[in-house]
Order: sequence, then C-alpha cells, then structure tokens
Amino acid sequence: MNTLLEVSGVTVSFDGFRAINNLSFQIASEELRAVIGPNGAGKTTFMDIVTGKTRPDAGHILWGEKSTSLIGMSEAKIAHAGIGRKFQKPTVFEEQTVQENLMMALRKDRALLAVLFFRPSKDDFARVEELAHQIGLNDALLRVSGELSHGQKQWLEIGMLLAQEPQLLLVDEPAAGMTPAEREKTTAILVEAAKTRAVVVVEHDMEFVRRLECKVTVLHEGSVLAEGSLDHVTKNQDVIDVYLGR
Amino acid sequence: MERSFIARNPSVLIFLSILALFTLGVTILSEGLGIGVISTSFVKVLGKTLCLCLIAIAMDLIWGYTGILSLGHFAFFGLGGYMIGMWLMYERTRQIVETSLSEGVLPPTPEEISTGIGNQIFGVVGSSEFPLIWAFADSLMVQLAFVVVVPGILALVFGWLAFRSRVTGVYLSILTQAMTLGLSLYLFQNASGLRGNNGLSGLQNLPGVTAPQSVVSLWFFWASALALALGYLLVAWVVSGKFGSVIQGIRDNEARVRFLGYSVETYKLAVFTLTACISGIAGALYYPQAGIINPAEVAPIASIYLAVWVAIGGRGRLYGAVIGTAFVSLVSSWFTGGQAPDVPLGFYTVKWVDWWLVLLGLSFVLVTLYAPNGIGGLIDLLKSRRKETDA
Repeated sequence: MNTLLEVSGVTVSFDGFRAINNLSFQIASEELRAVIGPNGAGKTTFMDIVTGKTRPDAGHILWGEKSTSLIGMSEAKIAHAGIGRKFQKPTVFEEQTVQENLMMALRKDRALLAVLFFRPSKDDFARVEELAHQIGLNDALLRVSGELSHGQKQWLEIGMLLAQEPQLLLVDEPAAGMTPAEREKTTAILVEAAKTRAVVVVEHDMEFVRRLECKVTVLHEGSVLAEGSLDHVTKNQDVIDVYLGR
Repeated sequence: MERSFIARNPSVLIFLSILALFTLGVTILSEGLGIGVISTSFVKVLGKTLCLCLIAIAMDLIWGYTGILSLGHFAFFGLGGYMIGMWLMYERTRQIVETSLSEGVLPPTPEEISTGIGNQIFGVVGSSEFPLIWAFADSLMVQLAFVVVVPGILALVFGWLAFRSRVTGVYLSILTQAMTLGLSLYLFQNASGLRGNNGLSGLQNLPGVTAPQSVVSLWFFWASALALALGYLLVAWVVSGKFGSVIQGIRDNEARVRFLGYSVETYKLAVFTLTACISGIAGALYYPQAGIINPAEVAPIASIYLAVWVAIGGRGRLYGAVIGTAFVSLVSSWFTGGQAPDVPLGFYTVKWVDWWLVLLGLSFVLVTLYAPNGIGGLIDLLKSRRKETDA
C-alpha cells in the first residue's frame, strides 16, 4: 500500500499548551482509519492542521504521490488537492436545497467566472442524483436542507464531501446524536466510501468504531499512544489507563 | 434540462412589468409630456427614488446575499455623483464663459477661457486653478467611465485589504463606516479640488440642452427606471445560479465554503466591487436630479439609512430591497418635507420633522424583532399561504 498522507513530528501549541506533541503517523491511499482518544487529545486540532486551518509550529505534512508539503497552503488549495473535511456539527447550507448543496460541492472549476457562467448539464444533475441516492436522500432533492433531520444533515454533508471526489476524507464524529438505525447507515456509507479513497473517522463512540472494523489510532495528549486493530489497542495497558479505564 | 432564467424567476418578470407600467403612468401624468397631474419636482423625487432602489439592490447583493454588512456604499454612490457632476459643471460653465467672452471685440484666447471657467467654478474656494483631478472634466466619455471605474477601484483596494486580512462581521462594518467618513472629511476640505463643502451645483442643467426641466426630468426618470431594470436583471441573474449558492453559502457558513475549495476572499471582493460599480451608476443618475452634491451626502449616516431601508424591505429578496427603499424614502420625504400634519397634544406638539427619525428607528427595531424578513417576507408568507390553499 502506498502512503497518501504522512504526518511526521508535528507540534502545535496554543499559548504554551501543546495540543499536538511530536505527532507522527501515516494513512494509505485506500484505507478506513478511526482516530480515537479522550477529550483534548488533539483529534480536532489534527484535522485543523491537515486542512490548513491551523499552522503547525514544527514538523512535516506530506501529501500524495509527489509528497507535496501541505504546510502553508490555503484551505481552498488543500481542498483542491483532494482533502475533504466533515465538521463535528452538521454544517450544510440550511437555506438551500439538497440539490443546490450537492451541486455546489461537485468537483468542478471553482474559479469565479466559471462559477458565474456555470449552468448544470444533464450529467451534473445525474451525478447529483446518484450522490443523493448514495446517502439516502434521493427523495429529498428539492427540500430545503434546514428542514432535514440531524442524521440526514450529517449524510448530506458526507454527500457533499463525496461530491468533491477527495482522495482523503476527514470525518469528525459522524455518529454523534444519531439513532442506532442512522448509525448503521452512516457506517455503511463510510465503509463504501473507503473502498475508493482514504477515510479518517474521528470518533468517541467505541461501539461505532467497532462496526467500522478498521485500524485504530489512539491519540493521547497530542501524540500517538497505540495503533492497530480495535481489539489490539483495547488490550494495551496504556490505553486502558488513560482512556478506557475511566 | 434546466428551464430558462426568467421561467425560474417569475418575480423578475413581475417586477419589470410593474416598473414599466409605473414609468408609463408617471410619464402620462407628468407636466412635461402628459396631463400635468404630477409636478416636475415630484417626477424628480420619483426618479431619485428609483436610483435609491438601484443602490438598495446592490446593498441587498452584498448584505442580504453575501452577508457582508457594508455601511459605506454611499461613498461609491457619492463618487458616482461627483464624477458626472464634474463634467456637467465644467461643460455648462465653459459654455457660459465662452458666450460672455465672445461679446468682446477680440476673440478670447484658450487661456482666457480656461481662467474664466476656473474662476467661475473654484472662485468659492479662493482659487482659479484646475486641480489635477479635473484633467478629463471636459470629456463626457471619460467622466462616464469614471462613474464606474473610480468607485470600482476604491472598492477593489479597500476590499482587497479588508478581506485578505479576514476582517468580518461588525469589524468590517466599522471599517466601511471609516471609509465613507474619511471620504466625506476629505471632500469637505477646500483643497480636495471638489469645492469643499460647497460641493458641485447646478447639476440639473444639462449643457447645450434647451428643453425645459419638466422634460429633462422625465429623461432622467426614464434613465433611472432603465438602470434599475438592468440592475435588477443583472443581480437576479448573478444570484440565480451556482454563484448565488456560493455567496449565500459564504453568508451562512464561510468556513464551509472555504473547505469546499472556493476562494472566499475572491468572491467577496468581486461582489463588493460589483456592488460599488452599481452604486456609482445609481449616484450618477441621482445627483443630476437632485441638482447638487456636497460632502454631507457621503456622511456615515447615509449608508446606515441604506441598511435600514433594505432591512425593512427584507434582506435576501431583491423586490424586498426595492419595496423597502421606495416606501421608507418616500414616507421619509413626506414627513420631513413638512407635509405631514403636526399632532397637537395640548402640552406638546409632535412635529414630524423632528419625530420622524424616532418613528423610523422604532419601526426598524420592530422589524428586526418581529419581522426579520421585512416587508418582502410578508409577500413570501402570502405566497406560501396561497400554495397551501391551492394544494
């Protein structure tokens, strides 16, 4: 397996507090990975760094076949490079329809004039419909997304990420606040998505992580504490001490 | 397949039809070409109102759709007025000076003409020299181009600095207030080259035109209606497609749009500059109808009024901006023009000239609290009611 994202020796401090401390790990190009850890372990900060929201104080972040450095690139450029991000809270554009939300996210020229003169073709509508089908919202295409349920909004946001056709999908607590049935469906969407790209899921919920059946990275105080299958890491004494034991 | 732009936006066609009927109606009732029910001065009031509606559409695009509360768009409006005012004043003064000098025995030299014009225009600020910024005042074409270019460049530079530094929200609003205040203070100086607090005057007189004001007022009224129609069409088209989705996305969640891969700053800058250009055109049509422009026009309060009009009319719907502006500015001129009857309370007499602002402020508060979608929101409510009863 070839490496898609390589994080090495990354450190970030906020006012002296080390949110990320010499963090190193790798993600392969077609992989589902769960990142777990207690509150304050640096999970969200890790996502902020990779997506360009936060700049690390030290370390390297290399991306793709050409090992391009992501440090110093703007959020929009990183998104172009193929990294999509799903926020913890569902953030869809609530005043617009499901169709408009997905159309905006479709992998197309993002330049101003191209967008101004863009008129969707039959293929674009078909692609949007296909995506809506994938996330189970094909009956809700023309609904204003603010009316959707919490779970549906989460799926819509995942759908928007898939529309961008990213090589790496960063998903922050997708199952939070979902019903068991919704969780199951979310699992299916993510597992399916990881067949053609890398998906990193940050999650609190152990039961949800177990269903993903993937490699797990445990973060603690800004660095990797353990890595491996869920059964492997849950047997690790350090992990039990800092996380599971509580 | 997608339907045509007009078919998807029936409100555009409705608006344009109403505007056309209104224009026709005013023309028929006017003194200049009709039966004389509407006075020339009221035709001018209506024409000016159309210009205010045009800048309100620009304000709705930048605030209602993109979510940037600019409190400085009257700076661009005023600049547009100054740019066309320079040509109007120069050209008319030149004709007067040439006529008066040609009564002499010897034909006047170009220097004599130039000094004569300079004296006429800049005498009030104790000068007769033409400042550098008047270099193209003799060319209508150049000054017309400046109407769009000068506000556009100011917006581009200001916006580039502000958006690149990711100044947003109330901080950006304060910066735009500072911009328009700065422009106003600069123009107040005699050395600004634009006649200080005297401003530019006599703008209602078109050089070389002998038609009476009753007819000229209609020309400007028509031009304002046409500009409003084109502006409405342009903005409605801009917000109708994916571009509209993106800027409304910026309004609702800027970070999300950025992570979708759109360069938010570029979009903001483009919308800010476009709306500045539209404001410049609105101002260039407004001030010849007002007859005079002075630095007080670009005072910070003017841009705040603009935000109030759009808020009362309903943000995020273009007809809302138009309705709010037309309604509030016409009512305002009725109250402040002394036509509204005073209310004697025995112990105190409510004079509307003073109390109008209280009424306006109160209605702004009420709209914000109880009808955040303004008058336009009521129309939407009626529309959805009708749909429900149809279904």
